[in-house]
Amino acid sequence: MNQAVEKLTIKDYSSDQEVRWCPGCGDYAILKTIQKLMPELDQPKENQVFVSGIGCSSRFPYYMNTYGFHTIHGRAPSIATGVKLANPELDVWVITGDGDALSIGGNHTMHALRRNVDLTMLLFNNEIYGLTKGQYSPTSKVGTRSPSTPEGSVDEPLSPCGIALGSGAPFIARSIDTEMKHLSAVITRAYEHKGASFVEILQNCPIYNDGIFESVKDKKIAADFRVEVEHGKPLVFGKESNKGIRLNRENLTLEVVTIGEDCPLEEVLVHDESNKAQAHLLAAMGGKDFPVAVGVLYYQPKAAYIDALFDQRIKVKEARGNGDINSLLRSGHTWEVA
Amino acid sequence: MSVETEQHQSIVVRFAGDSGDGMQLTGTNFTLATALHGNDLSTFPDFPAEIRAPAGATFGVSAFQIYFGSEDVTTAGDAVEVLVAMNPAALITNLKNLVQGGLIIVDSGAFNAKNLAKAKYNSNPLEDGSLDGYKLLSIDISSQVIAAVEEFELGHKMALRCKNMWTLGLMFWLFDREKQSTIDMLQSKFASRPEIAGANIAALNAGYAFAETAELPSGIEVYKIPKAEQKPGTYRNMNGTTALAWGLLAGGQLAGLPILFASYPITPASNLLHTLAARKEFDVLTFQAEDEIAAVCAAVGASFAGSLGVTSSAGPGIALKMEAISLAVSAELPLVVVNTQRGGPSTGLPTKTEQSDLLQAVYGRHGDTPVPVIASSHPGDCFDTAIEAVRLATKYMTPVMLLSDGYIANASEPWLIPDINDYQPFPVKFHDQPEGFSPSLRDAETLARIWAKPGTAGLEHRVGGIEKSYETGDISYDPDNHQKMTDTRKAKIDNIADDIPLQEVAMGNNSGKLAVVGWGSTYGAIHQGVKRCLKEGLDVAHIHIRHLWPLPANLKELLSGYDKVLVPEMNTGQLVKVLRSEYLIDAHGCNKVSGQPFKINEIVHAIKAELE
Repeated sequence: MNQAVEKLTIKDYSSDQEVRWCPGCGDYAILKTIQKLMPELDQPKENQVFVSGIGCSSRFPYYMNTYGFHTIHGRAPSIATGVKLANPELDVWVITGDGDALSIGGNHTMHALRRNVDLTMLLFNNEIYGLTKGQYSPTSKVGTRSPSTPEGSVDEPLSPCGIALGSGAPFIARSIDTEMKHLSAVITRAYEHKGASFVEILQNCPIYNDGIFESVKDKKIAADFRVEVEHGKPLVFGKESNKGIRLNRENLTLEVVTIGEDCPLEEVLVHDESNKAQAHLLAAMGGKDFPVAVGVLYYQPKAAYIDALFDQRIKVKEARGNGDINSLLRSGHTWEVA
Repeated sequence: MSVETEQHQSIVVRFAGDSGDGMQLTGTNFTLATALHGNDLSTFPDFPAEIRAPAGATFGVSAFQIYFGSEDVTTAGDAVEVLVAMNPAALITNLKNLVQGGLIIVDSGAFNAKNLAKAKYNSNPLEDGSLDGYKLLSIDISSQVIAAVEEFELGHKMALRCKNMWTLGLMFWLFDREKQSTIDMLQSKFASRPEIAGANIAALNAGYAFAETAELPSGIEVYKIPKAEQKPGTYRNMNGTTALAWGLLAGGQLAGLPILFASYPITPASNLLHTLAARKEFDVLTFQAEDEIAAVCAAVGASFAGSLGVTSSAGPGIALKMEAISLAVSAELPLVVVNTQRGGPSTGLPTKTEQSDLLQAVYGRHGDTPVPVIASSHPGDCFDTAIEAVRLATKYMTPVMLLSDGYIANASEPWLIPDINDYQPFPVKFHDQPEGFSPSLRDAETLARIWAKPGTAGLEHRVGGIEKSYETGDISYDPDNHQKMTDTRKAKIDNIADDIPLQEVAMGNNSGKLAVVGWGSTYGAIHQGVKRCLKEGLDVAHIHIRHLWPLPANLKELLSGYDKVLVPEMNTGQLVKVLRSEYLIDAHGCNKVSGQPFKINEIVHAIKAELE
């Protein structure tokens, strides 16, 4: 069969199921981006497995014409780990949300990343519980008014990328639902990394938490509110590209500077993907004083869990040969009764 | 010592000491020598939850009981006839189980003021006459051991750790056992530390020689226990955990599937994980998950991907797994769930045995989620029930609950080794035809959903926990469809009743005055109890149920042939509830929840009370 295999298209990756997210949901844009980039990855379609938990984002697998498993709340990383352990040839994707991955499933997210299971985990962060009708989530900003916090939430949110860093994930990135080009590039790199890849996608919920990411999404103002990090390049942002991030070496904090005014370009921090301490500082940026960092915040590959596990098995099989039940049953002390 | 001999058909021996005294190792080696001697036997390791409780404390006493003899032995025995007590705490906590006139062997060196106080003895029982009703063999084992291992220069503390082997040597002489199997064990266990192996062997030999040459009190004689009549063949000692682990490996091979065994440490189930983790030459991958839920989820994920997912725990862990088990019911994926039951509720009695998770296994999920439930009845039986669990899980695309318990898991018995070639393979056929494919396709006879695994071109599909259309497998909220799917899932499990053996009567007649119905590890005690009553001419039969859900097709009719039904269980009445609710029969319970297995006498009394 020397015939060139016909290249697949976005249609080949779209299932026949009617998409049922609310009109204007950021999930549509993410779905489109992934359906579009899949043919570019040029991998067998039958090897793609999308595993999800529960929540709006977790409906995602139903709309991909690949293998998919819509599971239970919070447990997608564990189920995906089982899929990968059973067949390491498969490309396993985890689709999850802020409540799913960081509240009920926090433990599994942490351990899948810690183990460095070869998964591509996409966390759609809309800072709210959508499917259960709008309760505040573990990433909601303090003061979020919701049915369960009518006077506003009082507890501090956690940082998804901060959790991923603390868990030891070797690939951590952040992108935005409607930024197709950026999102596509980030997810492609996440996919290509062998090991646990974590991507936080800022995703708008038009019904329960509309507009919370507007400052980083609105083309008119976004340049002042986000910095696109690129390995080896200075952290420059702003409409005029004249703002920068500088490391204050005295107290190890970041500060926003105006290039040419209070800081020369040479003093602006250059992004180093392999620098974990820097990644922590970048992941924490945001709020009123700092732009939100998007792009690959951290990348430092290490041995993938399943490779190490299979290596052990290969060594045992080399030493002992393939297991034989009858020999096993007769191993150790046995005796004959005539 | 003059070699007099005492004839017994069978005898119960109990070794008791500090949890650091090595009583389990001593018992295991005594068991092996006893099996090699040709006795039938049954053991009962009985240890505390504390790993190293403070030395001399009563709550730190670890014991190992063995019942052996010339007849079929199926329990660890009722009353102890020979008690080895390595310290005062071991004596005070175990004396109540000793028969009047029984033999006590003690290390008098450990009966010092400090240890006596810890055991709350006001005076030394070796001297105050309180043991007059027993035969007492009081030896300063501590001093004997120190002298015996002097040449190895281990230091006082390490030297004393050879006490258990010295005692074992003495016991070997007293019961006419060969010590070679223990010497072999010590040489292999301490291969890298020859001085430790040498000291232990010296202690073993010294104990044996001491018994042979010393003047022992009159009335203490060599016990001659005749060999048991056993079916010819190759035997080994088998405990429930190993049998279950090896049964899973065998089941995987018979199904032609690799296994992912995913588990989280919990007493008394952890040994299953350890046993399989050491068997990487087989197609089993073990995964120690971050928690119970992750363990079952990884197993479900593996089944989705075409392996057989297996998870294992004890009651509290199974409770955590239930949501994911229900997902496997909904997605119709195979899964084997092993529950090594322990005393509950909550942490309960983690190292003690109980059968209180039957209702959890049969009914304990959300939604209508029937699953097959199987129980092992003795250590060797775990091998066959594990294979049966794999067969049902893969043939019917369903989770299967396999119940063991802390008693069977740790107990051992001589096991006639089967030939795997005598087992009928049940190879799994994955669906691979894209034509007309839908994830909802079913086998017309079994109603099992097809298994189409990721990686197969043309069969890309989605499954999940949302209700699925009977026709297409797509999400469906249609009321009639949900009725049909619920009915189908139930019918699929109900059908299994026609694919399991009809219920047989283990002992006694097929009808009569009283059926004693048991399940799980109470097999041995019920068997012996019924046997005694039959000998006395009572009209009683023993029925032991392996398939607890669905129940065997003929069970209702079989039970209707008896005037009365008695159900002994180590819970407050769970199988009796199932039988009453399924069959509307007036079955009575006989219940015990002390963390200890039934004694034969307790069963005999219950039978007699029921027949009165």
